[in-house]
Amino acid sequence: MSDVRNREAHDAAEKAATYEWGFTSDIEQEFAPKGLSEDTVRFISGKKNEPEWMLDWRLKAYRKWLEMRAPDWAKMQVPPIDYQDAYYYAAPKKKIELASLDELDPEIRRTYEKLGIPIEEQKVLAGVAGARKVAVDAVFDSVSVATTFREELKKAGVIFLSISEAIREYPEMIRKWLGKVVPMHDNYFATLNSAVFSDGTFVYIPEGVRCPMELSTYFRINAANTGQFERTLIVADRGSYVSYLEGCTAPMRDENQLHAAVVELVALDDAEIKYSTVQNWYPGDSEGKGGIYNFVTKRALCQGRNSKVSWTQVETGSAITWKYPSCVLAGEGSVGEFYSVALTNNRQQADTGTKMIHLGKNSRSTIVSKGISAGRSDNTYRGLVRVGPTAENVRNFTQCDSLLLGDQCGAHTVPYIEVRNPTAQIEHEATTSKISEDQLFYAMSRGLSQEDAVALIVNGFAREVLKQLPMEFAVEAQKLLGISLEGSVG
Amino acid sequence: MLKIDNLHATIADKPILKGLDLSVNAGEIHAIMGPNGAGKSTLGYVLGGRAGYEVTEGAVTFDGKDLLDMGADERAAAGLFLGFQYPVEIPGVSNVQFLRTALNAQRRARGDEEMSAGDFLRLSRAQADALGMSMDMMKRPVNVGFSGGEKKRNEMVQMGILDPKLAILDETDSGLDIDALRVVGDGINRIMRKPDKAVLLITHYQRLLEIVEPDFVHVLAAGRIVRSGGAELALELEREGYGAIAA
Ligand SMILES: Nc1ncnc2c1ncn2[C@@H]1O[C@H](COP(=O)(O)OP(=O)(O)OP(=O)(O)O)[C@@H](O)[C@H]1O
Ligand SMILES: [Mg+2]
Repeated sequence: MSDVRNREAHDAAEKAATYEWGFTSDIEQEFAPKGLSEDTVRFISGKKNEPEWMLDWRLKAYRKWLEMRAPDWAKMQVPPIDYQDAYYYAAPKKKIELASLDELDPEIRRTYEKLGIPIEEQKVLAGVAGARKVAVDAVFDSVSVATTFREELKKAGVIFLSISEAIREYPEMIRKWLGKVVPMHDNYFATLNSAVFSDGTFVYIPEGVRCPMELSTYFRINAANTGQFERTLIVADRGSYVSYLEGCTAPMRDENQLHAAVVELVALDDAEIKYSTVQNWYPGDSEGKGGIYNFVTKRALCQGRNSKVSWTQVETGSAITWKYPSCVLAGEGSVGEFYSVALTNNRQQADTGTKMIHLGKNSRSTIVSKGISAGRSDNTYRGLVRVGPTAENVRNFTQCDSLLLGDQCGAHTVPYIEVRNPTAQIEHEATTSKISEDQLFYAMSRGLSQEDAVALIVNGFAREVLKQLPMEFAVEAQKLLGISLEGSVG
Repeated sequence: MLKIDNLHATIADKPILKGLDLSVNAGEIHAIMGPNGAGKSTLGYVLGGRAGYEVTEGAVTFDGKDLLDMGADERAAAGLFLGFQYPVEIPGVSNVQFLRTALNAQRRARGDEEMSAGDFLRLSRAQADALGMSMDMMKRPVNVGFSGGEKKRNEMVQMGILDPKLAILDETDSGLDIDALRVVGDGINRIMRKPDKAVLLITHYQRLLEIVEPDFVHVLAAGRIVRSGGAELALELEREGYGAIAA
């Protein structure tokens, strides 16, 4: 093993020496043949040494997908996607198992730096003593190349693995939960993901365990024309707690790239999952050329009594975002929360929101959505609150605020409320405002540059959501909002 | 320190300032009075560099530099402070955060080091105390839900923290109760009455001028300074109104 590592380090150093500063790192890829067919599915499954049942599951999904049609894009303009003109599998050629992230390929490290991964995280990456314990499962393209803190997690009984490893090592758990929250045939993109997902993360928190650290994964898209199909599954057993952070950035690219992840969360009795996302994939240039298509299915099943799932997202990237992190509140007294900041600039389009499906008695949900639109972008909040006939005493509070910068952008709020039980209390508030000339001048007259003034005002607008994020993410997210709006006013 | 020469300015092509001259030296306090709609706030905005206020003629120098050539933030960094007639609310941004960002932006622009969080907290506490504002209010979002008087007091706390060379205070006294007027007036004297600083005090009332005694009083009417004098001019105006002068 250590020989392999030495060789890897040597290779990496050599590569770094000739490395030209750019946004594409030239780590060798091993591609699945271009296009999508049963053979592609078999190739991926084979690459991952998957058991027969997994391949069967994938093939079933693939056949299902062939019969499905892409969704009708309300409010969005999505160019037709040629699914045969993409690669469905890309991974570093040799699987490297690192004892710590210190040994990570310097080229990857530098790419992370270029992408502005926060200092605190970098300290953790560098293994600085006393650095905050954030377990980092770095997903480079499709395969996890580095995993840390595994030992400590193991001690607590927490399972934190790439999903491919989990399929091999914990097949019973995967068979029990995979596709339970987001069924294989749920929607076009979830079905596609089920057929070709290449990697992702599996987390299991045992009964009564409070996960000893925040779990964080950086997703990044690197190879040209490689769709990313992450699959994340988190199961929180009775009385457990976990906070999971997902951060994403992508390098500059001209080709449109498809990203269709599936995230499934399961919370049993009294369990709590806090899932935070900062999404900053390449949004395309100011004319809308390039950029990531982000079609994600995220759903939580609050199955247990008094279980709780909290989604927090800061979405600033991607050319097109289509994403509704949702909660099925099946358990009595279960709680669902959705805190969202979605920022669109230039030609970006975002259609995002949540679904709170109340099935359990006394279940509660809170939705706070802050949409910021600039340039010629379009930003839609779409949210569903549904109360089933047997769900007594449900409460929901929804707050949707939109902030407009300039007069060429759009903000839309589309709430759907379906209540089949008269005891439900549903509150919905919505506001739309423009960033005011008064506020800008006031801040500038105190010494802030126009860009800093915009960033400050926008951060104030989004504060309710940002304060839900874990500390190190909140700082990063604040910066991100400012950066994403550069040049949008004035 | 400030030299305004034949200043003409328009808002939406409508002439508001029409040939205004004014000279302010370090160590001086100038009061500007005048009827509603005369252009007093406009003068403040033009000097502050607000977008939409177009200078069509004339020149303004600040410490010898062309003020009109600078952006609003550059003017602030150069030492200009504008106390607003109607202070603006910024939801979600605490006073402390706002001021610390502002102060450090000014310091960076001047090539100075940023102030540490600890030093800033000490400074803001001292300034808030001196103006009778609680730290609780300092932690609240900028001006959100503040009463009219609290907003004005907050302007003075900001001035104390930013420590400008030249303050243009637009009706800082309006909306203040009797005790607050005293506190704010004392604050202006404490912060600004120094040999290297100057104040342009826009006001309608003699009461503030009893606490902050002006060296000069000017009457601004229909976009120009129509009369200038010493502190006694304010008393005369209070007795006789603008009728005779502004006509
Ligand atoms: N945005 C605007 N568009 C058109 N006219 C404006 C605008 N803003 C101000 N004005 C006009 O400019 C003139 C000067 O206004 P300004 O606010 O400077 O008066 P002021 O002397 O400060 O009055 P007050 O004592 O009432 O505060 C007024 O006639 C006002 O209506
Ligand atoms: Mg005025």
